[in-house]
Amino acid sequence: MTALSIHKLEKSFGGLRVTRGFDLVVEPGERRLIIGPNGAGKTTLFNLVTGELRPDAGSVTLFDQELTRLPSRRRAHLGLSRTYQIITLFPKDTLLRNVTLSLLGLSRLRWNPLLRLDRQRSLIALAEAALARVGLGHLAHRPLAETSYGERRRVEIAMALAQNPRVLLLDEPFAGLSVDERRDVKTLLFAIPRDVTIVMIEHDMDVALDFAERITVMHFGEIVVEGTRAEVVADPRTKEIYLGE
Amino acid sequence: MTATRIGFLIAAVSLLTVPLWVPGDYYVSVCSQILIYAVFALGVDVLIGYGGLVSLGHAGLFGIASYAVAYSLAAGVGHIAAILIGLVLALVGTAIFAALSLRVTGIGFIMITLAIGELLWGLAYRWISVTNGDNGISVASRPAPFGIALDAPSHFYYATLFVFALSVFATWVFIGSPLGASLKGTRDQPRRMNALGYHVWLIRFCACMFSGLLTAIAGILFIYYTQFISPQTLTLTASAEPVLMVISGGSGTLLGPIVGAALVEIVKNIASAYIERWNMLLGAIFVAIVIFMPEGLVPGTTRLVRRLLKAWVKAPTAAVEPTPGEPAP
Repeated sequence: MTALSIHKLEKSFGGLRVTRGFDLVVEPGERRLIIGPNGAGKTTLFNLVTGELRPDAGSVTLFDQELTRLPSRRRAHLGLSRTYQIITLFPKDTLLRNVTLSLLGLSRLRWNPLLRLDRQRSLIALAEAALARVGLGHLAHRPLAETSYGERRRVEIAMALAQNPRVLLLDEPFAGLSVDERRDVKTLLFAIPRDVTIVMIEHDMDVALDFAERITVMHFGEIVVEGTRAEVVADPRTKEIYLGE
Repeated sequence: MTATRIGFLIAAVSLLTVPLWVPGDYYVSVCSQILIYAVFALGVDVLIGYGGLVSLGHAGLFGIASYAVAYSLAAGVGHIAAILIGLVLALVGTAIFAALSLRVTGIGFIMITLAIGELLWGLAYRWISVTNGDNGISVASRPAPFGIALDAPSHFYYATLFVFALSVFATWVFIGSPLGASLKGTRDQPRRMNALGYHVWLIRFCACMFSGLLTAIAGILFIYYTQFISPQTLTLTASAEPVLMVISGGSGTLLGPIVGAALVEIVKNIASAYIERWNMLLGAIFVAIVIFMPEGLVPGTTRLVRRLLKAWVKAPTAAVEPTPGEPAP
């Protein structure tokens, strides 16, 4: 059984083919890195996997369960979680409320119009634990608008982890972070247990290469190189894409 | 006791004693009208303030409830049955309204709600066999719950106040509930909410239904208040009024729509007795609010009071600060 399997995925925006017959197989517990220059179609690939975009052709399966026709919300219930390249949180709320909303998304409680959300102690305790896991427990009641960029990145990860995903998609989790913040996020990602499969898009090779076991290099919506870190680094096509001929 | 609780207590005592301190039956009736429109504005605020959905067709839903009660009573149905018919028909209408308008958001939502509102106004105006057209339908009597006739303005006021209190409480519960939190999430980040596992459309649909329920309650109170309904109640202006109440009072707050309703109804019913062009006055007030308190009267006043308190607390500290060149005391 594979954790995530993508088969012959196609997507075009008008005349622009963003993914061309894309195939990807990620094993359970694997750490997979997807790299490629800007415009390679990496984020589009994530959007196709999570259902935020509909593919023109091809299929996506999660632990052998067909996802291709399922709406985005259903995929979250099946164990697929993600973070965004451009931080997408709830700026008017506190950190605790942000993570509580993430937990609530998978709970039947979300339809309840009668109970007080702030009195749901078990849910709030889980949200506090998720924030503590990313080192933000002490900021739980701070409004998100009053936090730093690095803290918001960690809130995104806390929200994704709070949902206990089976497959976690991280879209440039180190983007825009300072050296110290990168170190913190790296420690946090290394601490995620192996029952969570991780697929990560990242440009920061110093950090990402340490993390991933297998690397996929994308260019113009296609896989150019795929293999272990050593194989990908040694492949001349990788250098060609990043440095030119 | 916190400032909020003291404020709530003062408001509750003031509302409960209105017939004692308000001069004359006319003004007691105006207070009833304020409460009716406050319930209407609360319903509209559920969508605008918490769902980010501006409706310009809610007078149509208000009208469905009013017409249904008026028509049922004219057909010889009892008050309880007429009220139930009004509620059910308004909710069915809301479900259709929501199913059609929630296909889009933003400007598209505003335009579809406006179109549905105009459609309902057209029905009220032209479906003469049911609505009696421009002549409207009169209601002969008000109900007498527990044997208390609601003909006297003070009796009707207390009945309205009771329904108003229930509506405010229901809105408070809804907004603080997991479903209310989900609704606010769909207002701020619908894409993110979808990815988190929420059914954004259905959450908005539920919000529309709750909004429609409050609007129907206001419509039923209105028909018993005026004892007459005509297509004038369903015009675009009638739909825009609660939107203005919400925006002027402060959207996304419980108190804002109530303050907005009070402002509009006071200008409409009291200031209009002294100023011929009262519409202009109302317009000038709205412009002033948008310029000086764009977030609305309630959040704006709260911000102003906080700033004044902060300055007041800082003032004694500043007085003892040494001036440059002088030694500290």
